[in-house]
Amino acid sequence: MTGRPATPPSLLEIRDLHAAVEGREVLKGVTLTVQRGELHAIMGPNGSGKSTLAQVLAGHPAYTVTAGQVRYEGRDLLALAPEERAREGVFLAFQYPVAIRGITNAYFLRAAVNAIRKHRGEEQLGLVEFMDALEEKLKVIGWDSSYLSRPVNDGFSGGEKKRNEILQLAVLNPKLAILDETDSGLDIDALKTVAHAVKSLARPDNATVLVTHYYRILTHITPDVVHVLSGGRIVRSGGKELALELEERGYEWLREEAPVG
Amino acid sequence: MSSGIEAQVLQPYKYGFVTEIEAEVVAPGLSEDVIRTISAKKVEPAWMLEWRLRAYRQWQRMPEPHWANVQYGPIDYQAISYYAAPKRRPQLDSLEQVDPKLLETFEKLGIPIEERKRLAGVAVDAVFDSVSVATTFREELQKHGVIFCAISEAIREYPALVQEYLGSVVPHNDNFFAALNSAVFTDGSFVYVPKGVRCPMELSTYFRINAESTGQFERTLIIADAGSYVSYLEGCSAPIRDANQLHAAVVELVALDDAQIKYSTIQNWYPGDEEGRGGIYNFVTKRGACRGRRSKISWTQVETGSAITWKYPGCILQGDDSIGEFYSVAVTNHRQQADTGTKMIHMGKNTRSTIVSKGISAGRGQNTYRGLVKILKGAAQARNYSQCDSMLIGDRCGAHTFPYIDVRNSTATMEHEASTSKIGEDQIFYAKQRGLAAEDAVSMIVNGFCKEVFKELPMEFAVEAQRLLGISLEGSVG
Repeated sequence: MTGRPATPPSLLEIRDLHAAVEGREVLKGVTLTVQRGELHAIMGPNGSGKSTLAQVLAGHPAYTVTAGQVRYEGRDLLALAPEERAREGVFLAFQYPVAIRGITNAYFLRAAVNAIRKHRGEEQLGLVEFMDALEEKLKVIGWDSSYLSRPVNDGFSGGEKKRNEILQLAVLNPKLAILDETDSGLDIDALKTVAHAVKSLARPDNATVLVTHYYRILTHITPDVVHVLSGGRIVRSGGKELALELEERGYEWLREEAPVG
Repeated sequence: MSSGIEAQVLQPYKYGFVTEIEAEVVAPGLSEDVIRTISAKKVEPAWMLEWRLRAYRQWQRMPEPHWANVQYGPIDYQAISYYAAPKRRPQLDSLEQVDPKLLETFEKLGIPIEERKRLAGVAVDAVFDSVSVATTFREELQKHGVIFCAISEAIREYPALVQEYLGSVVPHNDNFFAALNSAVFTDGSFVYVPKGVRCPMELSTYFRINAESTGQFERTLIIADAGSYVSYLEGCSAPIRDANQLHAAVVELVALDDAQIKYSTIQNWYPGDEEGRGGIYNFVTKRGACRGRRSKISWTQVETGSAITWKYPGCILQGDDSIGEFYSVAVTNHRQQADTGTKMIHMGKNTRSTIVSKGISAGRGQNTYRGLVKILKGAAQARNYSQCDSMLIGDRCGAHTFPYIDVRNSTATMEHEASTSKIGEDQIFYAKQRGLAAEDAVSMIVNGFCKEVFKELPMEFAVEAQRLLGISLEGSVG
């Protein structure tokens, strides 16, 4: 799987990753490679480590990596601070987006965009040009500009928070988007909008990792690869038909088949 | 602690320098003789001296108050010097005669008083230890009939106005610290805005404590005559010293019919070091009387400095339909303690008051909101809205809220909201995941928390307040 000298390194390469939270090991050897242009779905029962994997990739301080490696564009991702990962193009859509009172969505987004631009040595965007660019992105999730002057996630419904994550995704335009259960808590229309937005943002040079509990969203987006995470390990990978099989049979049968070691 | 809170070092207090200037200092100690000396130095009329002596005699019989949620050792009032003034006494109207060192001092503090460097649209009265050293834009203001000068000058030049209003809002025996101030106050600002005049610029006073072992006791009196408007701002700072210094000011505001006073404070006295050594004891009495109908007084304060803050700017809503407002941000970091809030006394009909208090505690700071809303019998249809929010940074600080409500008219409407939140790892991580640096994330979260108060500040100072908040909290989150 490691790249031949001529080809660029994989976008994301996770090898035998172990991670613990509050002294309890949750990830017990995850191995996974994501190439540019791919959409991966990571499924699994509650407590299997899906969210932990997402948080570890983003660098949440509550999680400790105890063994293994993560390479992002060939670099050691784990050596980077969370903000450096973000500036390098790693985006996490939070399962529970955080509210920031008194700070408008527009202000927050511009601060984020400018932090990333600064890192790339690009000029800072002024308020006017930024707002112009934003108009387009709002359409992706079917919002009007009134959402821009509302405080970040403050007083947002569950569904609005999730859409707001997708708005941020659209604006920040990362290379690697990790969506942590963005589909949960959405009604059918919102789910369609979100799925459509994620699809429309896919390009040959970026990739999406969709962490999900349910098959639902996969009826709107077709994954290239489906992984099943169980007991802190990936116990099976396959094409989109694996998701359908899970929908019919549940996760229990995989637990029994889990590999040893 | 595991997340690195308090792990970094505090940025040194930026305004902690000392100006080497020859000062005339009255020997420490307080007696009738000292008060006579101060009064004589200021060439005061006899009535003023009498008033001071009355206050002093009352003060001697009053106990120091200890009901506030703050702790400090005993204050030796005989060890304090009650008067310190730069020796080359400036002629108030001519800046050429002001000691260049003083000009330099204020310049360094970002308060240019030299003609060519002045802030456009802001008139400044600069008070250094016990005296006012310069007041800018006086002529311009005089054209509109606005009086803006040192209070010591007003006592000599406008005795009728001073006699009518001084002590009319905060009586000489109001409380222990107000009585002390009444006995020994040395300088401060005086403002009179005549009928129907909208003061054409922001007025501002900058207070600087420089001398060691002295107290600063300034007195400010602002009178807005019928139909007038004035916006006034005060700022303050002091050198870094190991010993605590006492600052006991009194501010009185009077608004007549349809008049409006907007009073803003950015308080940045030396807060002491990480271990709580040194710092200013800021024991201040501020009160405004909405004497006229439809008058309005609005207090906005950003309190980031001082070792201890004891301060409750209030409004007495006497006139029917009058309005009182209090917007406050108080920050306590390291070992700072603040017990601050407001008093809204509703007397007239249809009086309204709004209280928005934001307390931020970091390090081992203790932050208390204490507020009284009193609706008297005659205050039919009075309304109050109070909102008290506390934010905690780290796990060694404290936030306390003591709202007192006393309603004696059943037609009153009262609303009270309160919240306590903690800047959590999750909030900071969220902002970091979007590419923001930790300190930018904290500053953003804190500024968002304080937004309702900052938007009340005059534009020129809102930016300063945000910056100051950033400095005060530096090092509080890892």
